[in-house]
Amino acid sequence: MTVLCLTELEPDGGTVTDASLRALAFSRSLAGPAGEDVTAAVLDAPDAALASEARAALAAAGVRTAHVADLGEAAGYAPLAWARALAELATTGLATTGLATTGPASAVVAAGTDHGQEVLAHLGAITGLPMAANCLTAARGDGGQWRLTRQRWAGSLTEEAVLDGDPALLTVATDAVAPAPAETPAELAVAPFRPSLADGDLTVRATVSAERGGGVSLATARVVVGGGRGVGGPDGFGPLEELAGLLGGALGVSRVVTSQGWRPHRQQVGQTGTRITPELYLACGISGAIQHMAGCLSARTIVVVNTDPDAPILAHAQYAVIGDLGQVIPALVEAVRARQNPVR
Amino acid sequence: MDVLACVKRVPMVGGRITLTEDGQEVDTRMSGFTVSPHEECAVEEAVQITEREGGTVTVLTLGPPEAEAQLRDMLALGAGRAILLETGPGEWGPQSTAAAIAAAARATGPYDLLLFGNEAADTGGYQVPVRVAHELGLPCATGIKALEVTGDGVLAGREYRGRQERFGLPRPAVISVKEGINLPRYPSLPGRLRAKRATVERLVPDARPDGLRKTMLTVPARENRRAEILGTGPEAVPALVALLDELGVLP
Repeated sequence: MTVLCLTELEPDGGTVTDASLRALAFSRSLAGPAGEDVTAAVLDAPDAALASEARAALAAAGVRTAHVADLGEAAGYAPLAWARALAELATTGLATTGLATTGPASAVVAAGTDHGQEVLAHLGAITGLPMAANCLTAARGDGGQWRLTRQRWAGSLTEEAVLDGDPALLTVATDAVAPAPAETPAELAVAPFRPSLADGDLTVRATVSAERGGGVSLATARVVVGGGRGVGGPDGFGPLEELAGLLGGALGVSRVVTSQGWRPHRQQVGQTGTRITPELYLACGISGAIQHMAGCLSARTIVVVNTDPDAPILAHAQYAVIGDLGQVIPALVEAVRARQNPVR
Repeated sequence: MDVLACVKRVPMVGGRITLTEDGQEVDTRMSGFTVSPHEECAVEEAVQITEREGGTVTVLTLGPPEAEAQLRDMLALGAGRAILLETGPGEWGPQSTAAAIAAAARATGPYDLLLFGNEAADTGGYQVPVRVAHELGLPCATGIKALEVTGDGVLAGREYRGRQERFGLPRPAVISVKEGINLPRYPSLPGRLRAKRATVERLVPDARPDGLRKTMLTVPARENRRAEILGTGPEAVPALVALLDELGVLP
C-alpha cells in the first residue's frame, strides 16, 4: 500500500510547488505510522523523464516512486482527466509500467488549492468515495475508518470527523503542515505512464495565458496595508496606497469595502478573497470579522490602526495605534518619506 | 436560457464564532442566517445572464423549513421560481446533498446552466457542484470568476497561481463561481414585494448515507493576544516607525 499524492510543478517543470511540498509532507505523516511509502503522481511535467531538479525535490520530500503522466496531445490541466489518472494509479498501482509497482493506495492526497480540490472532487464522484477538504490531521482508526480534523469557515473552526473511504481522499489545508523535506531523502524511481482516458475526459481543459502584469501581488506581498469600513468611502484610500507603495507592498481591503464597490474584489483579504502571508499586515479601520481574519492570520506581525480600542481585531494583533487612520496614515507617510530623503 | 442557481443557508458570523454546548453547531441564538457569499454571486450571475439572453432563474436550496427565508431573499434579487428541498434539523453531507440536488434538477428542469458557489462558507466541502455534474453527466468547471455565454456553450475563466485559466464548456453545464465574479445588487422594493408573495415549492429529498461524518466542532486554540498599544493618534507615529524599522520593512 502507498499514499498517493498529486504533485504539481511550477511552469518551469523543475520546481515542485510550495502547496505540493506541503501535501507531500502531510502524505509522509500518513504513510510513516503504517509503514507505507509515498508515491507522487505528476500530471503536468513537460517531460515524462522529469527534470533533474524535480527529481531531486521529490527525493528530498521522501517520494519513493513518481508516476509521471505522458499525456501527449492531451497535456495540460483537465480536471476530469487528472482524476481519471489518479483513479487508475490508486487502484492498480500501475504495474503496467514494468518499472515500479506501488500497489493500491490507502489514501490519495492533494493540496487544498483550486486544482487539488477540483481534481479530488472529480475523483470522489467517479469512484463514489467520500472526500474531505482542507484536512489538518488524519489517522487510521478502527475497522478501516479514518479519523480526521479539517477546517471549516476557512480555518475559524475545526471539525473532527470520521471518513469511510478506501482509499481516503484528502486535501490538505495550506497552513496545516510546513513544506519541510523528509528526515531522510528517498531513492526515487521515476515511472512514466500513459493514463487510459475515457470519452469526455478532455471536454473541460484549461487554456492558460501569461501572468497578469503590474504591481505587487497581494497573495505574496511582504507588506500589506489594509483598509476597512473606517476608511469611510471610495475616496479615502489614497494615503493607504501611498504607504503601501513606499513600503513596496500591496493594498488589501475588507469585504465591506468590496461589497460597497469602493475597491475591486481582487483587493479583498478574507475567506472569500485572498489569503495573505506578509511579514507585516497594517490593518487600518478594520474591525476584525471572522471572514476577514481567515485571510490574514498567517501574517507574521499584525499592527492595527483603529479608533476603537475594543475592536475584535486587537485580540489578533501584536501592536495597535488607537486613532483615526485619516490622521495617523498621512503622518506615517510623511515620516517614512522624511527617513527616505533626510533634509540636508 | 433556463438557469438553476443553488444556494446554502449559513449562519451569519461577525467578530467571533461561538458553538452550542454539545459542540455540534454554531450558536446562532444571537445572530441570524444568510446566503453563503459565493452563492449569492451565483444567483446574481444567473439573473444577469437571463436579463441579457432571456429565460428563467430558478433558485434551489436544501435545508430546514426556515431556509425559505433565504430563498425569498434570492427571489427579491430577481429569481423567478424557488424550490426548497426540505430536510429536518442536522447536517447533510456532500454526497447526500449532491444526490438530492441532482434528483431535483432532473425532476424540475431541464436547465441550460446550473450555477453553484465554489464552496459553502460554513462546511467548506469543495465538492457538491462536481458531484452534481457527475450525477447528471454534465461538464463542470469550478472556482469561476468570469463567465460568458456563447452560441452553444459557456466560456469560464479563473486565476490560478497568478495565471489565467480559461475553460470552454458545451451546454448544459455546471459552473461554480466565486465572489468577485459580480457585485450582487440590492433587492429593489418591487423585487421584495414580489418575493414576499411568491410560492416556494417544497420537495422532500431522499436521504442517503454520507462517507464523511462530523463528530464535533471546536474553536482552534490561538495565541490569545492583547495588542500592545503604541500610542494614540499621530503622536504614535515615531513609535510606529521604530517598529516598522525593527520588522525590517522600511525602504
